[in-house]
Amino acid sequence: MIPKDHLFDFMLIHADTSLIISQRLSEWCGHGPVLEQDMAMTNLALDHIGRARLLYQYASELENAGRSEDELAFLRDELDYKNLLLAEYPNTDFAFTVTRQFFLDAFYIDLLDKLSGSADSRLAHIANKSLKETQYHYKWSSDWMIRLGDGTEISHEKVQNAVDRLWEYTGEIFQPAECELGMMEAGVAPSYEELSDSWHQRVNSVLAEATLKKPQSTWQQKGGKTGHHTEHLGYLLAEMQYMQRAYPGLDW
Amino acid sequence: MKNWPLFEIFIRSKNGLDHRHVGSLHAADAEMAIENARDVYTRRMEGVSIWVVESKNITASDPSEAEALFEPAMDKIYRHPTFYDLPDELKHM
Repeated sequence: MIPKDHLFDFMLIHADTSLIISQRLSEWCGHGPVLEQDMAMTNLALDHIGRARLLYQYASELENAGRSEDELAFLRDELDYKNLLLAEYPNTDFAFTVTRQFFLDAFYIDLLDKLSGSADSRLAHIANKSLKETQYHYKWSSDWMIRLGDGTEISHEKVQNAVDRLWEYTGEIFQPAECELGMMEAGVAPSYEELSDSWHQRVNSVLAEATLKKPQSTWQQKGGKTGHHTEHLGYLLAEMQYMQRAYPGLDW
Repeated sequence: MKNWPLFEIFIRSKNGLDHRHVGSLHAADAEMAIENARDVYTRRMEGVSIWVVESKNITASDPSEAEALFEPAMDKIYRHPTFYDLPDELKHM
């Protein structure tokens, strides 16, 4: 039996990551490079918000303190957010958005696959549903990595730049937080060493096909899972939470 | 992206039915056209299968020949099987 607060924290890491990446992707709505990709990215955003809801609902029940999914999403402060730093990185341009998505998808596709066989049946159910979505996300983001990397001189340069700049945010994914260690011990979450190996394999093969260089730098950022965020998250939350803060309890 | 060719999209809504033309979109190649079609045309569970074909590969009939092509069929109602008495058990004819 795993302690409930470990499970709760674990749900928040992934619910927050899903919510924040969803908010970022939805910023593309109406601004996509072409209509079809505008819709592709907003579809990704909707998948992520659906996943965030399932995880927040479960977190809310685990906490059992009367905080609803909406309160978890819209009424916590920056320091309480546990999302991966990668998710809050600004869209910057299409190459950054694709690279950020690819790095996350290459992790989630294996994490969700493992979690769909988790000893926690509620989590297994959520993972099973999300896995199908992420398999498509991964196809979308890895296809675009290859198209941009192996495309024109300019697209290659832009996506290589994005890979180099975002690289320092990828190490954090596999640095387990306390709750993740607890869940690994209990056999509810998979080993992050294994996940890291398969992530590197996926990244190696896609970068090679995209004729992109894997960055050699080893210095890595950390802090997302413990609430220490980049300067970007505050602005994102200010915009995302504005309505709930200005009109508490606002409903559609 | 301005040079992306146009693709015609066909979607089969259910197994056993035919693919139907639903619209067109731009994509760099056929593979991307399938992904774009998935995102543009199947968001509300409209389909179980997608076909794409580059628009330039479709040969269309000439509208100015429409009279010659189609009007001769108008007065040949005997080509419709409406003169048979069908038994009640026979459905969907």
